[in-house]
Amino acid sequence: MQDIVDKIRSRYDVSEVTEQRENLTFVTVEKDQVVPLLMQMRDQEGFSHFVLLTAVDWIEEGVFQLTYILNHPGKKVDLGIRAHINREHASMESAHHLWQQVATYQRELKEMFGIDFPGSPRVDEEFFLEGWDHTPPMRREFDTKKFSEQTYFPRPGSKSYDPREYMKQKLYCDDYEEEQ
Amino acid sequence: MAQDNNPQHNDEKKIQETREKFLKDYNKKREVESPDGQKIEVEPMKDYFSQQRPQRKDPHKGVIEKFLNWARSESIWVLGFGTGCGSIEIPPLSSPRFDMYRFGVAMRPTPRQSSAMIISGYLSVKTLKRAIRSYEQMMQPKFVMALGSCTINGGMYWDSYNTINRLDHYMPVDVYVAGCMPRPEALLAGFNQLKKRIREGRAEGANQYADHFDWYKANQKKIIKDWNMPDYNW
Repeated sequence: MQDIVDKIRSRYDVSEVTEQRENLTFVTVEKDQVVPLLMQMRDQEGFSHFVLLTAVDWIEEGVFQLTYILNHPGKKVDLGIRAHINREHASMESAHHLWQQVATYQRELKEMFGIDFPGSPRVDEEFFLEGWDHTPPMRREFDTKKFSEQTYFPRPGSKSYDPREYMKQKLYCDDYEEEQ
Repeated sequence: MAQDNNPQHNDEKKIQETREKFLKDYNKKREVESPDGQKIEVEPMKDYFSQQRPQRKDPHKGVIEKFLNWARSESIWVLGFGTGCGSIEIPPLSSPRFDMYRFGVAMRPTPRQSSAMIISGYLSVKTLKRAIRSYEQMMQPKFVMALGSCTINGGMYWDSYNTINRLDHYMPVDVYVAGCMPRPEALLAGFNQLKKRIREGRAEGANQYADHFDWYKANQKKIIKDWNMPDYNW
């Protein structure tokens, strides 16, 4: 694994390397270097299996973190390639020409996070939600509780308890009374 | 149930716009050629579907209704429609251990043949659309059994962005079976409760749906944004 990371370091601007496990390493590169790096990994290093593409919303830093995970079937190692993209007008180069199934992940990210992948097949069609006209629901500025209360007729009269206090009261009532 | 507390009367024009936006190509007004070579204009939403609202059907009087209700309660035919995690509790019901057939409960493949519908767990908006269509296609009298806390108040999905909280705002519910998930024994108890309700003549869900049709439709249209089907389909 170390030799591959060294090779990546020699040609790309690697800002962070995280060794998660013996067989899983994450490297963080610049946004515009991701697709060339993916292609090199696939064609020259033998990471032929694309595992997943996902996004994390770091709203405090104002970025989305994209993670592409590749697998080397021969060496049984995984390589995660990370990149940060701007939250405002989030857009990323499409990688559907490398693996067909990337297009599906990109459609999902477009719908759930609003990250655009220009040129990706069917990326503007709705993927999972039907007729959604609100903020993409996986963005962290989307308040799902508030949305649910406004939309889905919450049943009145529900109570919530602090779990810690409630369990003390119910399960260990003798100790609780002594404490009071 | 409070029926008129929140009448969301949708603007007719807005509905029309939505429908035009989301209508599938095969449901759009178009010109087709008949086998004889004539040009015919087809408007599927009017020509293929009935525009009539559901009609109230008053129960018979006295002993006739009692006899009919007895017959209905002893042959509950359930639509094979599973949503959420509760649908996995239904197959064991037909196994020898629980054996729902001894209660006169049987599964049917199509809405036209069935008299009861089990909403077996959380309903996403996408599934609700299909559930409403299936419910409306069922013959009167029809009964709805709702399983699990998700159909009562949302359950563990109470703050989710795409699952509904209360089923009784979208279709009339006869029996709730509480639990997360209810076991098949609880379902059998629910069926017994439903039978009791039918015999007492209280299972008037279809009439309730017809009476408060506008209220139910407004609630449904509030959350189903891509309304590309007829208002009532049967």
